[in-house]
Amino acid sequence: MKMKSMLLAAAVAATMGATPAFAELVFPSLSYRTGPYAPNGIPFADGYADYLTLVNERDGGVGGVMISNPECETGYNTEKGVECYESTKGEGSGALIYQPLSTGITYQLIPKVTADGIPLHSMAYGRTSAMNGKVFDWVFNYPANYWDGATIAVQHAKDMSGGDLNGKKIALVYHNSAYGKEPIRTLEEKAKTEGFELMLIPVDHPGQEQKSQWLQIRRERPDFVFMWGWGVMNAVAIQEAANIRFPMDHFIGIWWSGAEQDVLPVGDGANGYKSLNFTYVGTDKPVFADIQKHVVDAGKAAGDGSNIGTVQYNRGMYAAMLAVEAARKAQELTGKTEITAADMREGMEHLDVSDDRMAEIGMPGFGPAVSVTCANHGGSGAALVQQWDASAKKWNAITDLIASNRDLVTKLALEDAAAFAAENNITPRACN
Amino acid sequence: MSPALLNFIEIFMNGLMAGIMYSLVALGFVLIFKASGIFNFAQGVMALFAALTLVGLQTGQVPFSHLINAIFGTDIHNWGEGMNTVLAILLAMAIMVALAWAIERFVLKHLVNQEPIILFMATIGLAYFLEGLGDLMWGSDVKTLSVGLPSGGSFWWEDVTREWAAAGSEYFGMYIDLLDVSATVIAIILVTALTLFSQYTATGRALRAVADDHQAALSVGISLRTIWVIVWSIAGFVALVAGIMWGSKSGVQFSLSLIALKALPVLILGGFTSIPGAIVGGLIIGVGEKLAEAYVGPLVGGAIENWFAYVVALAFLLFRPQGLFGDKIIERI
Repeated sequence: MKMKSMLLAAAVAATMGATPAFAELVFPSLSYRTGPYAPNGIPFADGYADYLTLVNERDGGVGGVMISNPECETGYNTEKGVECYESTKGEGSGALIYQPLSTGITYQLIPKVTADGIPLHSMAYGRTSAMNGKVFDWVFNYPANYWDGATIAVQHAKDMSGGDLNGKKIALVYHNSAYGKEPIRTLEEKAKTEGFELMLIPVDHPGQEQKSQWLQIRRERPDFVFMWGWGVMNAVAIQEAANIRFPMDHFIGIWWSGAEQDVLPVGDGANGYKSLNFTYVGTDKPVFADIQKHVVDAGKAAGDGSNIGTVQYNRGMYAAMLAVEAARKAQELTGKTEITAADMREGMEHLDVSDDRMAEIGMPGFGPAVSVTCANHGGSGAALVQQWDASAKKWNAITDLIASNRDLVTKLALEDAAAFAAENNITPRACN
Repeated sequence: MSPALLNFIEIFMNGLMAGIMYSLVALGFVLIFKASGIFNFAQGVMALFAALTLVGLQTGQVPFSHLINAIFGTDIHNWGEGMNTVLAILLAMAIMVALAWAIERFVLKHLVNQEPIILFMATIGLAYFLEGLGDLMWGSDVKTLSVGLPSGGSFWWEDVTREWAAAGSEYFGMYIDLLDVSATVIAIILVTALTLFSQYTATGRALRAVADDHQAALSVGISLRTIWVIVWSIAGFVALVAGIMWGSKSGVQFSLSLIALKALPVLILGGFTSIPGAIVGGLIIGVGEKLAEAYVGPLVGGAIENWFAYVVALAFLLFRPQGLFGDKIIERI
């Protein structure tokens, strides 16, 4: 009885003495650490989480407010992704930004975040026309989108062909899904203006068996193959390309088809394969020393540290950095440290991460400088080309950032956004 | 010969060899279904688990290292340089036998005489358990698997077949993947060994007796539990072979478990109880889907081979519900 009273008293005392919950900046992670796409999902989620942990541990959060990063496992499954969104949007003082790392989930969340007023950042994936901020108020896809990627891949192929693609043949090997089909329209437009022939070669999920597709490529001998793949499809495609002895330097993947796990299983055969990328690969930046000291050595890393410096890990870090900078901007604009989702959107629409700012936070040249406006939610659209060195087992950037054909991309995005607005009775807002 | 005809032959041959790869997976299903009437939903995950174990042993990875490090604050990942491939395969096989014993001891033993649907549900649970266990033991990163099998296109075959094309025609030779050739040889050896085992050994005859009639087999003193351990061990061995062949193609990663989807139309077509059915079914599905992709695909936007395999299987079902080689279904009223 005495013990029971003591416990009760302790509980009451604890309740009385409890301070109100600390304000937090809630950045939920809709991650996938299980399932067929886990090898890609894990390093991205680790990079995202570790950067946020670094900001908490090193800087005491953003403007003195700590960041919380509740994770919800989606398994790259769209339905689970929506469930995760619903279950995390009310966490703490409310979610401020979502980064689902899935085009399928992004498509499903667009109407939901618009209704709930929570920013969605589908960084270089998702619905391309979401770059039009007048129609997609709550959706952002900076620093680049798939249509940017398509024009950059074409530009690189053109540079390799002496500035002329007339009469050339380009095959697009793509994941037969909303994601994989994204670049088709842009490539069709480019085929008309550049005079190349476009071959479309879809691959069904998961892409474990691609013999038919590569026999077709072998027969038709395209000059270049572009790939919009994800997961095991990438490794199998690169293996099949090596098997048929397709010249690997003429095989160019989008940024989601160019991570270590896509090329390592192929061994030496993957040597020379290229992909687009928009983030730094490696650990030779000051921020990594901080991550080692404040996150890894402190035992607070999301993973075991083996992914640090890889393509997807660094991309996750870059996404987290952009979220942190947007929150910082929102605090600056509103003059308050505890911001709402609407404030966060303001921060994102005024985001201006310059090269100098990246150098200041220990990430010089980590990715393209990002400048976002109310009308342009898509950033600059620039990306570089990297090439795999199989003997050194590393990616090497072989170009500087290549500018996207933004005239074409913007034109197509405006058309698509206008169609979306008409279908959904949206009146585009004025961005003055 | 005209290039068009040579292309047709090339697609046909590659279809046959793709079919062999599907048959390797289907065989594991057939063995278990034949001996115990269980449709083993976990067969694909068993292939993944076997391949993960093999790579882990080959590379000297410490199992459960993430868990050990998280609990004890250690930083161990490898116990050495790894082991010889043959030794690793033997040890992986031993682990699959231990797994078969554990499945019998902790799952099947408690479900004797239950409805088939309950046993099927148990294998779904088993699939999820093995998936998690594989992740926990060996991690979920993509692993490179090499057991020394040749891979890539054959130069020799290309040169030989280039000569077959009509003079002046633009033909680059026929493509054949050496890994697929290896898989074909291994599948032939595997099926021959399984046939000899079931025909000429006492254990094999006991397996067939159980497959024919559980009650009758029990009445002559055959231990059902021992037979189940043996048959799940053999299915584990087949899973290891399938895991090696598929893992050599794409690396060992979670998607390997999805190869089971490729085996389903093969089973529907070949029958759930026939080893030759699994082979012939695989060949028909392989050739059918490759020809469909090449000749029908371009007319309808492509990527049709996955669903086309099921269409072929369902078409067979209409005429032979038991599959091409399955036991005839006789219902007595």
